[in-house]
Amino acid sequence: MTSIAARNAAEISQRGRLRSASAQMLFEGSIKFTLVGLTLLSVLTTVAIIAVLIEETVGFFTMADHPEISVWNFFTGTEWSPLLGAQPLFGVLPLISGTLLVTAIAGIFAMPVGLLTAVFLSEYASPRTRTILKSVLEVLAGVPTVVYGFFALTFITPYLLQPLSESFGTYNAMGAGIAVGIMILPIVCSLSEDALRAVPHSLRDGAYALGATKFDVTAKVVIPAGLSGVVAAFLLALTRAIGETMIVALAAGGLAQLTANPSQQVQTMTAYMVQIFLGDAPAAGVEYRSSYAVAFTLFLITFLMTWTGAIILKRYREEYD
Amino acid sequence: MKTIPLPKTNMDQSTTTPTSSTSAPTVPVALRPPSAIEMNSLSAWYAKNQVLHAIDLDIAAKQVCAFIGPSGCGKSTLLRWLNRMNDTIPGARATGKISLHGVSLLDAALDVVDLRRRVGMVFQKPNPFPKSIFDNVAFGPRLHRIYSRTDLEELVEQSLRASALWEEVKDRLSSSALGLSGGQQQRLCIARAIAVGPELLLMDEPCSALDPRSTASIEELIRELRTTYTIVIVTHNMQQASRVSDTTAFFYEGKLVETGATDLLFTTPRERRTEDYVTGRFG
Repeated sequence: MTSIAARNAAEISQRGRLRSASAQMLFEGSIKFTLVGLTLLSVLTTVAIIAVLIEETVGFFTMADHPEISVWNFFTGTEWSPLLGAQPLFGVLPLISGTLLVTAIAGIFAMPVGLLTAVFLSEYASPRTRTILKSVLEVLAGVPTVVYGFFALTFITPYLLQPLSESFGTYNAMGAGIAVGIMILPIVCSLSEDALRAVPHSLRDGAYALGATKFDVTAKVVIPAGLSGVVAAFLLALTRAIGETMIVALAAGGLAQLTANPSQQVQTMTAYMVQIFLGDAPAAGVEYRSSYAVAFTLFLITFLMTWTGAIILKRYREEYD
Repeated sequence: MKTIPLPKTNMDQSTTTPTSSTSAPTVPVALRPPSAIEMNSLSAWYAKNQVLHAIDLDIAAKQVCAFIGPSGCGKSTLLRWLNRMNDTIPGARATGKISLHGVSLLDAALDVVDLRRRVGMVFQKPNPFPKSIFDNVAFGPRLHRIYSRTDLEELVEQSLRASALWEEVKDRLSSSALGLSGGQQQRLCIARAIAVGPELLLMDEPCSALDPRSTASIEELIRELRTTYTIVIVTHNMQQASRVSDTTAFFYEGKLVETGATDLLFTTPRERRTEDYVTGRFG
């Protein structure tokens, strides 16, 4: 290699102009090669992850010593107790309901608060206030999620929720949901603000000139015009909430139960995987494999959400462009 | 909060026909002030930068007045004080006096919402809202609740007829306004301004983003609208000023150089700078 490179260098210096052109082509070619290679790397990684998920999931459903496990039982079963009892039960619905409950609480908290904060930042705040608040939000976005988990466990639940009602346990869906909501708040807020600020100033002027007040302009022109971006922000944030692991593993509890009661403890899909991989489940055991089936389910849900988001965005775009 | 006691014209009859010149104003024309707008030593600033110097100008009712002058001469700024649009710009302030039918527009206690309802504005670039054609025109009436529910459709139709757009869009009122051509969009913006029943229409270079054909249709529309509205138009195009306006005001470096009947100002200007500008020697 070095000798070829050295020879090439020598030839280049001899052949002068013509050579430098071919050297340039070589350089351009290698750049393209590198870029294509790096792109392939990320594509292949994704494909490999999905392949492993599918393989292990299929393995879970076809385990010879567990004939009771089937796709139908998995997706319709209402009990999830893989570790306890004589007969482990793999009905994924409690995990899905736990995940959706926490996500719904997070969304109910973060979407209105985030959107209104974005409206304030984009329409009402002075440039100075906006700069300060945006840096505060960036700090919020940089907090490790384990800290939010502690926050839920040691502040939200004991000081905010338990004084309201005694039914809240140490671990509960509400505390975890609010903490997840705080975690996704910066995403909702900053993406929505981008969408609102992208609304052309000429539209605001047009509305003011018709005698609209600031509130009219915001509510009847700016938000409708920026709606597609706001919806995209919501979906991205909710997808992030569904996949959140550390907060729910710490604060939501470890009991998989099919409930819509936010004062109860729930187990989310991610929290179950943490439990399995932190414990000493044998690598070929049924619990170990079940976590892959759960992971695959989670993947399907987030994939569907992203897909729905893309369709909604496309429809709004067609409407407005 | 003060409201402006304007003469009752089409504003309060917007449920009838905004374009009809036959509908008699409830205040006889003879009793009106001779001028719709009077400005006395109006000066204006953006932060510390003075852009208008002691302007004295009267604008007659139901006529078209053109503001001409080179870029940066302050003509758009002046226009934007007539509906207090400059309020949205931090650091903009003005001294002196502007009155619209005797009501002082620079009064801090003035209700700008009410003012802007009575002073419509059309911008340089067409700026329809990303809503349907119908919702664009209905935006103002809905905002001010100046319609009874059954009248809204009629009001939208009348406004679109007045802006010569009705025939082109009557079959697709619910489709997006953004699908219209530039000229149609600008006429839609005029319909949107007309729909709240203004007394005065401000147009800030309304044709500068349009092709010649659309420009011709807007100019024709301006000539029609002048029977109902007082119109102030800012333009860079001197042919346009001479085609559409009754009076012209020439501004240079923030000062009003000359004003008068358009045909006189273009043929026999009193000032040397006016002559140089209208003959294209600078600008």
